Amino acid sequence: MKFTVNGAAKDFSGDDDMPLLWYLRDIAGMTGTKFGCGAGLCGACTVHVDGMAVRSCLTPMADIEGTEVKTIEGLADGDTLHALQAAWAEHDVPQCGYCQSGQIMQAASLLADNPKPTDREIEDAMYGNICRCGTYQRIKAAIRSVAGEAS
Amino acid sequence: MNMHVNNISRRGVLKGAGAATALVLVAPLAARTVAAADTGQDLNSSVYLTIDGDGTIHVEIHRVEMGQGSRTGLPQIIADELDADWSRVNFKPAFGDKKFGDQNTDGSTSIRMFFDAFQQAGASARAMLVRAAAQKWGVAARDVDVKNHRLINKNTGASEDFSAFVAAAAKLPVPAPETLTFKATDHRKYIGKPVRNIYMNDFITGSSVFGQDVMRENMLFAVAVRPPVVGGKVTSYDKDAAMAVNGVVDVVALPELSMPALFKPLGGVAVVATNTWAAMKGRDALNAQFEAGANGSYNTEEFEKTLWASIDGEDVPALDRGDATAAIAAADKTYTADYFVPHQHHIPMEPPAATAEWDGDDLKMWVCCQDPQTVQQSVAPYVGKKPEDIYVEATLLGGAFGRKSKPDFAVEAAILAKAAGRPVKMVWTREDDVRHGYYHTIAAQRVTAGLSGSKVNAWKHKAAYPSIGGTFDPNADGPGGFELGLGLTDIPFALDNLSVTSGKAKAHVRIGWLRSVANIQQAFALGSFVDEIANGEGRKTDDLWMELIGPDRKVNPADDGVQYGNYNAPLDRHPIDTARLKAVLKKVVKMSGYGKDMPAGRGIGISVHRSFVSYVACAVEVAVSETGALSVPKAWMAVDCGLAVNPDRVKAQMEGAVVFGLSIAKHGEITMENGAVVQGNFDGYPVCRMDEAPHVEVAILEVDAPPGGVGEPGVPPVAPALTNAIFAATGKRIRRLPIRDQLSA
Repeated sequence: MKFTVNGAAKDFSGDDDMPLLWYLRDIAGMTGTKFGCGAGLCGACTVHVDGMAVRSCLTPMADIEGTEVKTIEGLADGDTLHALQAAWAEHDVPQCGYCQSGQIMQAASLLADNPKPTDREIEDAMYGNICRCGTYQRIKAAIRSVAGEAS
Repeated sequence: MNMHVNNISRRGVLKGAGAATALVLVAPLAARTVAAADTGQDLNSSVYLTIDGDGTIHVEIHRVEMGQGSRTGLPQIIADELDADWSRVNFKPAFGDKKFGDQNTDGSTSIRMFFDAFQQAGASARAMLVRAAAQKWGVAARDVDVKNHRLINKNTGASEDFSAFVAAAAKLPVPAPETLTFKATDHRKYIGKPVRNIYMNDFITGSSVFGQDVMRENMLFAVAVRPPVVGGKVTSYDKDAAMAVNGVVDVVALPELSMPALFKPLGGVAVVATNTWAAMKGRDALNAQFEAGANGSYNTEEFEKTLWASIDGEDVPALDRGDATAAIAAADKTYTADYFVPHQHHIPMEPPAATAEWDGDDLKMWVCCQDPQTVQQSVAPYVGKKPEDIYVEATLLGGAFGRKSKPDFAVEAAILAKAAGRPVKMVWTREDDVRHGYYHTIAAQRVTAGLSGSKVNAWKHKAAYPSIGGTFDPNADGPGGFELGLGLTDIPFALDNLSVTSGKAKAHVRIGWLRSVANIQQAFALGSFVDEIANGEGRKTDDLWMELIGPDRKVNPADDGVQYGNYNAPLDRHPIDTARLKAVLKKVVKMSGYGKDMPAGRGIGISVHRSFVSYVACAVEVAVSETGALSVPKAWMAVDCGLAVNPDRVKAQMEGAVVFGLSIAKHGEITMENGAVVQGNFDGYPVCRMDEAPHVEVAILEVDAPPGGVGEPGVPPVAPALTNAIFAATGKRIRRLPIRDQLSA
């Protein structure tokens, strides 16, 4: 099957029930997308498929044919960080850093759909992304700072 | 300032429980002069610091990074003493080696135990550079200044880069520690400043490498099925069915566990495959069957009754001042309350993982471990090598909270790599993590106070729970002295009659330490009970705390005959200072407005606790709806951790501690049925999500004291502050965690 990851053409002929997560990490060697729960409960594995945020741990390769996949490694435009990545640094969001790929990808999807979310809309959109270090307050602040710039 | 060689080399408080690691001494700073003179090119003023000929500074960071920020904080100390240009400081994570001293990154120790060593490394290198410049310029050392990676001739104003002097400085002896001078506080450039996390760019672009992310050439991936009960055995499995799965390369029986559990693998069967998904499918196909063994009768619901029977039964004395029993019998009024905290789990975002590479002779490992030296020691007996001959690199840790101090998973990887003769990554799934943990204990406590008039004059506190010691010694029977020393035998109350006792309790699962350890349940009981008495007496809780703590003084538990570990810090350097404890409480009361009138269904609760030689007070505001829905809009933290090397990371740890403490209080509960863990993932073991996270305000008190712990001490006061707030809002007292649906019942 053919698809793209961060704009690069890919071909995969393995088990089509393999979740996209394990294709990305083990086959393509792209480990920016993290394994957290394998059950769609934590959001650490969030990537974009055709612009939609999905949990790659629950997305079989069979569903990927013909799609455009974007991962954290492809979020920046070359050396220019996505506004959310810059805001994450500005607010010193990460502690251990493990969940942050998924958090940023989820937030990027939120702002693409809804550039000026309310606090409630931010909480709703980010509900599925757990941070065990408890950086939620700074994640919210970082998203807000970008949403403010979006106007 | 003297080099506290013994203090630095001493093991963390928890290792007193019997882990099999040897004592190590920090390599003296002078040890590297020989190496430096040999090359004559690079300046080594300690095992932690090298300066290249081009002036690039390399800091060997021997402690691991799991979100607490010490890999940023430690280099800040060296860079400050050197007045370095931060952009020319290179960070090199150190592999496991005794020469670095204690690498066991737990007990909130990295900054507080290595501040002096890193400061001395930086100051030594600076002194050597200064002397080299003085010689070249023919001036006295006092006529040479150091600023932003340059040496300045004060007489002429001329300056040159560090690089011009490295070769000459490298030939000089490392100055004796007692000759060193340190930068004045008001000249500090990095210490006390919010320096950005050194891994920031990697975190936000997805290029950081955690244990789960290690990739090696020709690597295989493994998952395993393990006996659900600790000490259980595999009775059968279908190897052929697993081998038939596309991508499966091998099926390997893991060695059965013999007690004590230590950090040994649990046994079971591993499936090795060309990718993780294939290994997981192979594991499903195994259809492994088990026998439970002696721990198969462990049921937490039943065990709670055992704990309460222990509370009712024999008292094992730990602290006995005055005569609390007689004073309570003679009291005008008494209060008593029972508190219960169930097993908790670390559940770091990154499940454990380890990669091992065996080339027939050498073993190399990359592990998300809290201590690479413990990995060396735990792996060695399984691969027939000496610990020091195994190369272990600690990757970044995607959270740890104590779980990754216990490298059972790394031993599995080493066994499989040796069998495969090629690199193997052992991947733990989330279910493996939840079901095969080293759980925070399960604890029952009873607290009784006697009042003479309106004044508390007697206090009895009894705790019964299985000890962490049980993981190392099956005979351990109830709380160890080091566990009671986390909040109970160091109670800083100026009472004439004080009794701390424990009740016996044996472990039937692997008990481990979790962020702030026994302080969790002990601070919950203490902070709740002070609030209960205050409310019963119609007083403000902070007033009662102040009265109980009493006058400004330094408390020494030895005065009560207690052998007190003080988090492995000397009491003269890190005292139990009641003035500091009261100061954080006063601060949090002021910040939160505790005591002000609140609308119906809203309330603020407070608590305070000293742990890991730091002082933290917490206030939590709650709103409880008529149907019992709980929300936590705000929390306040006041912390005195002595010198805050990186105030932003201290603040972040306090923000995170609130969320961690709320997760324990609201949701945290691991249960066992027939010896096996019932929960398996974030659905069964929920933690707080964004909508539950309050806005946290943090105040860091400016105190002239050496650095204290930061990663853990924020956690203990959070749960009691929350349940005290719930009482203030609703009149309902929570004595049993987690809160879960108790408010709607």
